[in-house]
Amino acid sequence: MKEITRAAIAIVVVCIILFGVNKYLNQSSGNASSDTLTIFNWGEYIDPDLISQFEEESGYRVVYETFDSNEAMMTKIEQGGTSYDIAVPSEYAIEKMKENDLLQEIDHSKIPNLSNIDPYFLDLAFDPKNKYSIPYFWGTVGVVFNPSLLDGQTFDSWESLWDPSLEGEVLLVDGAREIIGMGLNSLGYSLNSTDEKELLEATAKLKELTPNVKAIIGDEVTQLMINEEASVAITFSGQAADMMWENEGLDYSVPEEGSNLWFDNMVIPKTAANVEGAHEFINFMLDAEVAAQNADYVGYSIPNTAAIELMDEEVTSDERFYPLEEARENLEVYKNLGLEMLGKYNELFLEFKMSAN
Amino acid sequence: MQTKTTKAFYLIPYYVWIVLFVVAPIALIAYYSFFDLSGNFTLDNYQNFFTSVYLKLTLSSFWYAFLITFFTLLIAYPTAYLLTKTRHKQLWLLLIIIPSWINLLLKTYAFIGIFGLYGPVNAFLNVFGLEETQILFTDFSFVFVSVYIFIPFMILPIFNSLDKLNPSLMDASRDLGASSWTTFSKVILPLTINGVKAGIQAVFIPSLSLFMITRLIAGNKVITLGTAIEQQFLVTQNWGMGSTIAVFLIIFMVIIMIITGQRDKGAYANGKNK
Amino acid sequence: MEKTSKSAKFYLALVFIVLYTPILYLIFYSFNSGGNMNNFESFTWEHYSAVFSDTRLIMILLNTVIVALLSALIATIVGVFGSIGIVFMRNKSLRRSILSLNNVLIVSPDVVIGASFLILFTAIGVKLGFASVLISHIAFSIPIVVLMVLPKLQDMNSTLIDAAADLGASKRDILTRVIIPFVKPGIFAGFFMALTYSLDDFAVTFFVTGNGFSTLSVEIYSMARTGITLTINALSGIIFIVTLVLVVGYYFVSQRGKNPVGMGVRK
Repeated sequence: MKEITRAAIAIVVVCIILFGVNKYLNQSSGNASSDTLTIFNWGEYIDPDLISQFEEESGYRVVYETFDSNEAMMTKIEQGGTSYDIAVPSEYAIEKMKENDLLQEIDHSKIPNLSNIDPYFLDLAFDPKNKYSIPYFWGTVGVVFNPSLLDGQTFDSWESLWDPSLEGEVLLVDGAREIIGMGLNSLGYSLNSTDEKELLEATAKLKELTPNVKAIIGDEVTQLMINEEASVAITFSGQAADMMWENEGLDYSVPEEGSNLWFDNMVIPKTAANVEGAHEFINFMLDAEVAAQNADYVGYSIPNTAAIELMDEEVTSDERFYPLEEARENLEVYKNLGLEMLGKYNELFLEFKMSAN
Repeated sequence: MQTKTTKAFYLIPYYVWIVLFVVAPIALIAYYSFFDLSGNFTLDNYQNFFTSVYLKLTLSSFWYAFLITFFTLLIAYPTAYLLTKTRHKQLWLLLIIIPSWINLLLKTYAFIGIFGLYGPVNAFLNVFGLEETQILFTDFSFVFVSVYIFIPFMILPIFNSLDKLNPSLMDASRDLGASSWTTFSKVILPLTINGVKAGIQAVFIPSLSLFMITRLIAGNKVITLGTAIEQQFLVTQNWGMGSTIAVFLIIFMVIIMIITGQRDKGAYANGKNK
Repeated sequence: MEKTSKSAKFYLALVFIVLYTPILYLIFYSFNSGGNMNNFESFTWEHYSAVFSDTRLIMILLNTVIVALLSALIATIVGVFGSIGIVFMRNKSLRRSILSLNNVLIVSPDVVIGASFLILFTAIGVKLGFASVLISHIAFSIPIVVLMVLPKLQDMNSTLIDAAADLGASKRDILTRVIIPFVKPGIFAGFFMALTYSLDDFAVTFFVTGNGFSTLSVEIYSMARTGITLTINALSGIIFIVTLVLVVGYYFVSQRGKNPVGMGVRK
């Protein structure tokens, strides 16, 4: 008994000491300002130096929290409990948040740097007139492949994935919209299709792909492709850029039949406590130099024309990641199809996954 | 032994916990399970569960949970037994637990590297002239990594019940001419059965709802009930269906508890104390 | 103590090698200047210096340790008393139902637990942050403590308590001098498993945290999309070495002047 009591007391003492150290660090790192700005973002999705820079310039203390999926982020914002001043959802999530009345309108007069953004990325269907969201990063869904492991196949068409020579070689991303969407695209349909027949046709076509499927995975795809564990993967352009940074032998292609164009935008949730600061932060992130530095750090494509001019030519002239406008024509942004339809997509996707084993 | 009042005193936190963090969430889940996407009362979710997809899921979940528990026990029992025979056994036991304190996602990424085509395992096989084989995304890698995760949960209770075993019992058994197997099955195992049962519960039950590993190590070729629930809650946002699967998961758990539970005659304090 | 045979030693060594391989793999790559876990380019300490210059990361680490230790401690206390209560329960079906309820949180997927705790906390009005995370960790660690303590309690010989009672021991004495010392290994097992649960949890913490409070797991999981940095590997390496030193050090310190076998197995 004595030993247990002693151990318990030791634990409490250790905790108190750690707590003290933590307090001390907190005070020495943060500036004394009591005005905080709470940011909710993906992990490693901003250059931390920029946060310190913003703290210095604005006088706010930034509280930075991270999430790993749009859905988890939405649940948290909807449920309340913390007031996030800035969040960075993807476009379909923005549509849903709008529908659920979770966002507040952005005052464009407080964001003069909005003029830096390429008009192509403004006023899109998921948020007309950018009333609720400002573009942060964008990209496509496509095929990343390793030419040295293939015999000359190219992926200008989705059809190439069905090539029998790719048996057990293809990695798929674990997302119903992406994969069913690819099936629809490969048949020439829209990836926003709600037509029962088209969906079934797409699923049937996908089931023919199963011999080629190596695995259906998430973010680990980066490590696997860098490692040359597989020769082909369907993935997001941002992750493809990451992979190609680490393994220069890789290549990326967006098939011609069409694919998805995605956005991560900054929004201000309804529950925000520091609306003024949120506007300041958005404006700060749109500054040409700041955006260029951020793009360098994160490695994704930015929609900021002024920043692109400051960046390395070699990066911004790469049409795989900064496609020309003509090439963007076949790209579609995901529409919010409603929960009912999303359920249908997921059901079909589950059916496909079960057939993969 | 105790009067009602003193008993109640130290049990208060436990009961508060049960009410707030167990009963309340169960009630919530049960409640949600009767609603469809548009918030209407329905029994459809329950009906849906009995379609082929979910039944197949349930069966495969149980099969993998069984495999995982079986192999964990197979490896953990001898380990626990041998650990009790070492000097500094408490230290060795702690060393079994320490790896589990390093973040699981990181260890999983390490396994992706280790099992990779160009990873150390395949390099090792190469030495013996074997070709590179696909280890990742197979049933083998899935079961292996799961066993890896659960092994301390099985070793600890078994170790604890073996440790108190009176060595003279084994000597006596041996002196009486029993073979090692007889000694094990007639003397050691019955005396450690409580530890084994606790270990099985601590492994089998969570195996049913394994989540991340199914994607990272099995490449979604294994889908468990847990995966299905997480999908319903997060991706489809169909809390009704997700809750329904969760209700079934809880029912399965109760059944497992009854099967592996105490045969009540052995339960302590039954009638023994006034 | 009988000597362990060669094959026994080999078996144990194999188990330990397998248990430690992934961790050594992580640590190996924490010295990689290449910045990823694939090709080892050349040796560097840069990821370690990155850990120490990142105050935010260190604060998150401290939070993680505080939550883990405190939640495991409190969960152990509650769980031990809970299991004593369960064992002494005379009503069979009541005991069974309580045990089933006890395990509900073990079988529930993290997302479900996290979401329902979040609903609970916002309904009661608990401010999200340190307190809500601590309470949640205590909550999901209690069942594993009960599972670890229960078998020891069931193994306890009832004559022991009767004897103590006959000798005039008070209820308090019976608890502190008979029951607790006997189930001590179970208590330690429960505590360590609770630590494991707490350190590993991502989903529940994610849902119930707020106001800038974060733990290591939440940080690591949310990095997955853009790639986990080797700083995290280096940090894990440091954690691992420190834990190892602490555990081995504590063991040998507590061994001095005590009986040679077992940290408090017997007393």
